[in-house]
Amino acid sequence: MQIAIASGKGGTGKTSLAVSLFLANKDRARLLDCDVEEPNCHLFLATRFVSRTSVEKRIPLLNPDLCTHCGKCVEACQFNALAEAGKAGILVFEELCHSCGGCTFVCPTGALHETPLKMGAITRALVAGKAELITGALAIGHTETPSLILAVKKTRPDPEVAFTLIDAPPGTACAFAAAVEHTDFVLLVAEETPFGLHDLKLAIKALQKMEIPFAVVLNRMRPDFSSVLEFCKEKNYPLWLQIPESRAIAETYARGGTLLDAMPELEESLRILLDQCAEAMQCNPKN
Amino acid sequence: MKIAFSTNGNTLESLLDTRFGRCSRFLILDTETNHYEILENTQNLNAVQGAGIQSAQTVLETGAQALITGHCGPKAFKVLHAAGIAIYLADNRPIDELAKALAAGTLAELTDADVEGHW
Repeated sequence: MQIAIASGKGGTGKTSLAVSLFLANKDRARLLDCDVEEPNCHLFLATRFVSRTSVEKRIPLLNPDLCTHCGKCVEACQFNALAEAGKAGILVFEELCHSCGGCTFVCPTGALHETPLKMGAITRALVAGKAELITGALAIGHTETPSLILAVKKTRPDPEVAFTLIDAPPGTACAFAAAVEHTDFVLLVAEETPFGLHDLKLAIKALQKMEIPFAVVLNRMRPDFSSVLEFCKEKNYPLWLQIPESRAIAETYARGGTLLDAMPELEESLRILLDQCAEAMQCNPKN
Repeated sequence: MKIAFSTNGNTLESLLDTRFGRCSRFLILDTETNHYEILENTQNLNAVQGAGIQSAQTVLETGAQALITGHCGPKAFKVLHAAGIAIYLADNRPIDELAKALAAGTLAELTDADVEGHW
């Protein structure tokens, strides 16, 4: 089953939770770092490199000798990635191309053909012998975040690995949607601040629209604030784990350590957390 | 000679719109006859991406030899430059005043994009 660790607001502790959840369940889980614009799970894990594969997108390549400047490709492009600059002919803006193939399809003279362009890479590494970390990293200057996230999610797990954990990018826009789409369950990491509560609400709204079941994990729980707690209680949203605000966790994190390094006693809770996701999925009427 | 201006208005007294890709409309002035036409730019105003490229396409389809606008990003510049259209930058002054300034040679031609994309 696929479980995404997401949040509305950035910096609430998605990666902290994802990495420790992975370590606590490394006998039965793999981790996909889908925050492809700035993947960082590997910074907290002792990994052994296995392989790296390029991810390409298809862009049109123009043969000016065959081009009649008819402009049909420019008309067909819904993304403004092509322009006809008078006598200079057709210009291709590859960074705007969404690889739909429309321009090559409508070109009457075969002047355009698709050619691959590298937009990122997927790295496979192992933690503690066999637990798998898959990292998507977008190439510098590229903006095809959702496409690369989908490519990372397409990597196939070992059949014995029951859980695929997905460290999602922040926000509630396309990148978030690509990371949580078609997952079985989402763990929303929230923090006890007004901004954290506001963006938690946005993320919940998005998930409800996408009909993906979720539970909330409250990070940096503080005795003097309880807005997220109260919100979840009022709406009857499941709140499955609470992690206290702690200087020890922050100091460990700053040294490249994990939540589990700072609070080894969390291991049991993190194993139960995955069991709870699996149970919730079995109870989900969609299954 | 035909000059294209990015603008919010409909007359020669209207002010220049300093945006190019997402300006409201273009005024195309024929300096020989002093006639002008207005082209709405609604489609690009709402474009998800590539507004500058499509606005450049619109301008070059009018047959204009010069463009006066406020700023020009790298992609729009590439299209306009390849098509041989001279670009001049100006503040939001009235169009007729800018046409005179161009004729008097007081506007400097742009030799490269003056802003980044999506500035």
